[in-house]
Amino acid sequence: MKKTHIIGILVIAVAIVIIMSSVGDASTYVSFGEAIERSEDGDMTKVHVVGRLKKDPQGHIVGMNYDPLVDPNYFTFMLVDTNRYEQKVVYFNPKPQDFERSEQVVITGNMQNNVFVADKILLKCPSKYTENEVQANTASL
Amino acid sequence: MINTLIGDIGHASVIVAFVAAIVSSYAYFMASRAAVEATGDTSWRKLARGAFYVHGAAVFMVIFALFNIIYEHRYEYYYAWSHSSNHLAVHYMISCFWEGQEGSFLLWIFWHVLLGFVLIRGGKKNKEWEAPVMGIFSFVQLFLTSMILGVVIGDLKIGSSPFILMRDFMTDAPVFAMDPNFVPQDGTGLNPLLQNYWMVIHPPTLFLGFAATLVPFAFAMAGLWKNKFSEWIRPALPWAHFAAVSLGIGIMMGAYWAYETLNFGGYWNWDPVENAVYIPWLVLIGAIHTMIAYRRGKSGLKASFILVITSFILILYATFLTRSGILGNASVHSFTDLGLSGQLFAYLGAFAVLAIVLLVYKWKQIPTSEKELSTYSGEFWVFIGAIVLCLAAFQVLFTTSIPVYNSFLGFFGIESNAALPADQIAHYTKFQLWAGVGVAILTGIGQLLWWRKSDKGGFTEAIMLPGMLTLLFASLIIVLSKLGVIGNETIDNPVYIILLVASLFAVFANLSIILNLLHKKVTLSGGAVSHIGIALMLIGILFSSGYSNIVSENTSGLVYSREFPEEINRDNVLLWRNAPVEMDKYTVSYHGQFQEVEGVPGYVNRELLFPTADEYKAIARGRIQAGDKVYFEIGDTLNLESPENTYYEVQYKEREGDKTFTLYPRAQVNPNMGLLASPDIKHFADKDLYTHVSSVPDPNEEKDWGDLKEYELAAGDTIILNDYVAQFNGAEVIKTVPGIALKEGDIAVQADVKIFGERKTYHAHPVLIYKDGMAGYYPEVVGDLGLRMTLLNVDPEQGKFKFGVNTTQKDYIILKAMEKPFVNILWIGTIVMSIGFVMAIVRRNKEGGTPKAAKKPKKNKEVQAA
Repeated sequence: MKKTHIIGILVIAVAIVIIMSSVGDASTYVSFGEAIERSEDGDMTKVHVVGRLKKDPQGHIVGMNYDPLVDPNYFTFMLVDTNRYEQKVVYFNPKPQDFERSEQVVITGNMQNNVFVADKILLKCPSKYTENEVQANTASL
Repeated sequence: MINTLIGDIGHASVIVAFVAAIVSSYAYFMASRAAVEATGDTSWRKLARGAFYVHGAAVFMVIFALFNIIYEHRYEYYYAWSHSSNHLAVHYMISCFWEGQEGSFLLWIFWHVLLGFVLIRGGKKNKEWEAPVMGIFSFVQLFLTSMILGVVIGDLKIGSSPFILMRDFMTDAPVFAMDPNFVPQDGTGLNPLLQNYWMVIHPPTLFLGFAATLVPFAFAMAGLWKNKFSEWIRPALPWAHFAAVSLGIGIMMGAYWAYETLNFGGYWNWDPVENAVYIPWLVLIGAIHTMIAYRRGKSGLKASFILVITSFILILYATFLTRSGILGNASVHSFTDLGLSGQLFAYLGAFAVLAIVLLVYKWKQIPTSEKELSTYSGEFWVFIGAIVLCLAAFQVLFTTSIPVYNSFLGFFGIESNAALPADQIAHYTKFQLWAGVGVAILTGIGQLLWWRKSDKGGFTEAIMLPGMLTLLFASLIIVLSKLGVIGNETIDNPVYIILLVASLFAVFANLSIILNLLHKKVTLSGGAVSHIGIALMLIGILFSSGYSNIVSENTSGLVYSREFPEEINRDNVLLWRNAPVEMDKYTVSYHGQFQEVEGVPGYVNRELLFPTADEYKAIARGRIQAGDKVYFEIGDTLNLESPENTYYEVQYKEREGDKTFTLYPRAQVNPNMGLLASPDIKHFADKDLYTHVSSVPDPNEEKDWGDLKEYELAAGDTIILNDYVAQFNGAEVIKTVPGIALKEGDIAVQADVKIFGERKTYHAHPVLIYKDGMAGYYPEVVGDLGLRMTLLNVDPEQGKFKFGVNTTQKDYIILKAMEKPFVNILWIGTIVMSIGFVMAIVRRNKEGGTPKAAKKPKKNKEVQAA
């Protein structure tokens, strides 16, 4: 066997390892229901959940708690997933400042002791870079 | 007044540039045909050249028009309105230029034009390349200019024009229905995170790199097309180096910007946008190595073709990823979707298909060398190095493309819910760290074999000294870290030790090569120099990321819940104003909010600034001085540089030792983007101390003032306010009140109250004004003490003054601080690497520029290796 062939086989082997391992590491978008099922099965892998903040009929956010004076690293809120399932989420970091205005929240983490422990929060705000709505204000000047 | 002329000029120039690119690519194509070349007819080439010059001139015109729109604040144009504002400094107007997709395309086009000019001029020396290479260039320009064309044919929209008027962009806005000539007074401004000098130079450098990858690609394609399968390598090689160094510096500038401006606590976040450029860079480096190996050993030609073509296609893929909106949720900072994804895909597809078809078609004709490479030859290890680089690139590519798989499957109606790994840093590090180890070892071995004097024996001899030095220094570093002399932690992670040893070996092996070349020909050592740079970068990354240390761990014992006692890092600390907190080896305290004032160095305490209706102006409440120099007197009107930015004064004091320093981390509450916190970094020789605020009380929310307590005092009385001793010194009638025009008959009374705080004494001067028979209250807020004093009433007969006092929660910030050991080595490594590249470019250019020089193979045999 020529050296090139050995190298070729090695490269393919490494590439396969990379693919398998990346597939294994890849997370998935799930609902809270599935996240709970996973944790009940003892599967502690981290998942992505997409949801909206729980709001009362007046549009106020419900169930959000952040008191930096007591613990600046403890933030909890209620998230409603696409199946309308409500879940308490804990985030051991300060509250993201524009949290209240977000339309959609993507969290990464897993279920622990009946709460979802998030280690990453990604907010989708209505007009993060496209300022179409600002027009009315500017125009009225 | 709407100025439509400048936009029309710009738009017309785009169309001219587009048409000229078509003419130029067609004419160059005609000029490249064998039949034309054989006759010596230069008319096609002349036409093509002329068309390219016209194209270039039109592009300059487009740039002039767009910059004029921004510079002159022509807000009737959407581009100026959405990316600029009245108060923007000139150098940031340059950043506005490429904040939008259209402008950044324009920047890319601009570099292609300049590189094209250089190649046309260089083409006079080796004429045979000009027509095919420039044909590819013009063809690329055709696609790029189409992106900003802004032409609508039926339902088909081609490109997005930067010259669109507001009224055409927002056809629904009622204001334009009323008055089509309405011009907004101000723009919405540049994204504040981009108001940074690195953002002025990072995009041009990166796009220069993008543009420069086209050159080796164009040469490779020309080589395939004209059956010059090996000749293209020589002229393409210096350009490949140039592309790699521009791209590399561009990437690192971006990393430094992120380190300095964003607050994720590092320079690299494995965000898809970052990865998108890192992937082609790795492949391009691989391509350079196979090209160099081919120049010396005549093997690796096919690999060079594949890698050069791949690197360019990956650049197009990066463009597609970041600009088509396909990343969606996955990335924090890709461009907004302009609806160009079809066009971007066509651009990517056209060149991928063209290149692959051409390569496959000519594959059999590409000469290969039959001989097997010996394991003891430098070339062999160069190839292994290139393979490691490509595998590393493949790994990043595979994971970064996850959102693409979802879209792709969705296209066929299959729903896929795959997401990027939850812990991206762990995921990528797992592979890239080993790629780093591989690269480091291979640079050492490859270089030593490449430059060895004799066969087998020479290698053992050559590796001896660097090997011994490596082991010596590695053990020294580990022992010193155990003793606590270096860094904060003992280096005991075996994987990190392997990387450290490998990187040190790379440094010493390459150093020994430079020493050997010193008395031969030092100009040849570019490769060794850049490899030392890479090894230093690896060491810098190892320490700064692997041993990053959170300083601000919450040790107060106050935690909200003890549900999750272990493994949760409580990385943020609450700092009350003026209340010192012990953190790691520092005593840290927060001393209030500051702002930047024009003409005053450093920052000015907000308590000295009396706000006015114009948020960019303030009136000095006290004397403003820095050091001994007085800049403004009481009552002067000041210009604020950026009223939206607040700087929080944080003082660090070493507990052992007396060193004190002050940092000013910045935060901005942005109406569109929430809290934007930027760190302030204290640089030490052996580490950086990185500090940012992670939360502040919302400044837009009214402070919750407690109930008003009334006090009736006479001059000289002393009272206790919010636990502080306060003394009322007296009151006087004043003639002028900053910011208020007093008429005849108006009376203003100012009281002077002295309050003894923990650190210093404060003077509160509440003012009561009787104006037109009405009482106006101008209370004074002492933010440090959480006090607000209002002078409510004056009874001149009794000599009694009535004060209202409210107290509130004191001001606080939530702070995160960390140490980044030896991050300087990363930046130094970057510079060393760049110097090495420049040396290599100079040398390769000499070889490439004069065809005759390459005919002396013996002398040019020594080439750098992996």
